[in-house]
Amino acid sequence: MSLLELRGLNKHFGGLHVTNSVNLMLEAGEIHCLIGPNGAGKSTLFRLILGEHHPGSGDILFAGENITALKSFARICRGLSVKFQVPGVFKGLSVRLNLEIALQSRHRGVELTQEIDRLLAFLGLEAEQAQTAGNLSHGQKQWLEIGMAISLKPRLLLLDEPTAGMSPEETHLTGEMVQRLNADGMTVFAIEHDMAFVRQVAQRVTVLHLGQVFAQGSIDQIVADERVAAIYLGQAHA
Amino acid sequence: MSGLFSLFRRLEGPQTVGHGPAFWSVFGLALAAALAYPLFSDGYTVGNTVYFFVWVFIALSLCLIWGYGGSLSFGQTAFFGVAGYGYGILTLNFGANYGFTLIALLLAIGIAALFALLLGYFMFFGRIAGVFLGIVTLAVTLMLERFMAQTAGPEWHVGVARLNGFNGMSAMPPLTIPWPGGPIALFADIGLYYLVLGLLVLVYLGLRILMNSSFGNVIVAIRENPERAEMLGYDVRKYQLITFVIGAALAGLSGVLYTAWGQYITPSSMSMTAAALPLIWVAVGGRSDLTSTVIGTLLVLAAFQALTIYGSQYALVFMGVLLVLTVLIAPNGLVLAVMNWLGRLAMRQKQGTN
Repeated sequence: MSLLELRGLNKHFGGLHVTNSVNLMLEAGEIHCLIGPNGAGKSTLFRLILGEHHPGSGDILFAGENITALKSFARICRGLSVKFQVPGVFKGLSVRLNLEIALQSRHRGVELTQEIDRLLAFLGLEAEQAQTAGNLSHGQKQWLEIGMAISLKPRLLLLDEPTAGMSPEETHLTGEMVQRLNADGMTVFAIEHDMAFVRQVAQRVTVLHLGQVFAQGSIDQIVADERVAAIYLGQAHA
Repeated sequence: MSGLFSLFRRLEGPQTVGHGPAFWSVFGLALAAALAYPLFSDGYTVGNTVYFFVWVFIALSLCLIWGYGGSLSFGQTAFFGVAGYGYGILTLNFGANYGFTLIALLLAIGIAALFALLLGYFMFFGRIAGVFLGIVTLAVTLMLERFMAQTAGPEWHVGVARLNGFNGMSAMPPLTIPWPGGPIALFADIGLYYLVLGLLVLVYLGLRILMNSSFGNVIVAIRENPERAEMLGYDVRKYQLITFVIGAALAGLSGVLYTAWGQYITPSSMSMTAAALPLIWVAVGGRSDLTSTVIGTLLVLAAFQALTIYGSQYALVFMGVLLVLTVLIAPNGLVLAVMNWLGRLAMRQKQGTN
């Protein structure tokens, strides 16, 4: 059964058609990458899935349930989670408190402390735990936010450019982490420009262009598609 | 038992400055001094100190909503006034027998909280935030002031309680505790002092526990990044509404105590000046911490009163200057800056001795 299904999703901003009848199915257990040129509507599509924007028409189904009318927090409670493009951590609070806030609704007392320690070790942020999150490097902020997103143990993890601003090594490590999470049963839907990352993790790729699904398939199929190369990969392969 | 222990543990935490034996020793000393103070002072001065204490609750309400929650409410005086008038109307109608003034205190706070629930529902669920929240709340308090100011005619009454327009209501009974040997009326001296001091300690410690709990974590998270808080599965508007209602109840407590203290309440308690002053106390003290709010409020109030006595026309100007200086020198609050400095000093000394 598909975990997430988008049916004819439309979103206008004034006269601008940001997403145009988007139909998309995400299978449970897959790592799916969403690529496309700037302005293709990728981030808007994420915001529609998360309930930050509401579609003009169309439906969003999560695990068979129509969640189109649900508020954002209610969608999160049903098993969605997200890491945004611009790191959205609680800048004025300590790294440890950031994770505590993410974990406190699922764990309490000693268990909560242990879970925070475990996550700090997983993210490699043990030495920074007392620091204010705003003082972390860009890459560390990205990791912290990914940590907060996965701490919810979501069924579907949305990643909006998880490796933006990361070094090639960090990108590769992030890819490995995504694969580990996927092996534990987490479905991952990622927007990414870094083709090395897409090649590393993606089991399926969807190309969005001018708010429409332009092509879909394995990374090899997408790379071989000349129409895609013309609009997007062409720039990279020129 | 373990529940009680974890409650006490929350008296300290990341959301409140001050921890360890040193802090609680100072707290204990301050409390002991406050308890002994009426023995060494006269009734009038004690009554005047009660007046200072009364305002701390509305300052704490602003600290909670603005400092911790990040939503600037410019109209806490609306809840102050509603509860104050509520207490007046209730006690003028039903008297002070059988401990009714205490029930009236609770009812009046309840009315203010209910009003905040309605207003807050439309604001937060209508996604009013930032500066607009300040504008709406300010408009509400000014509207209430205008409305009450035009109730001078005899047709404006609730039961036997005349609203009296600009002159306000007066002659309501003070808080009265029923007692076997005859009820004890708490006039504005030693009796009321101990009651208000007790409430102050209770509210201060209660808020410390609340802010260091998981609820407090969410409130602070919403201040830092509401979108992220929502994306962790928290219903941001619900949390904002609850904080707003708790804040309104505290402002209402101030209003009732003020009314009971002076046995009068006027529309000007909801005026522009009245609404702006708590903002200055809290900003100067340090809005993001409970302790600095309490200390800052008491200091500024005492300075303001001294100025009013010795140079009345300059007192408000001084308040304005104080606010500008705070924003320029220590945007997080002057008292909080000193407290943090003391904390660092103690830390350095500790490291030096080790």
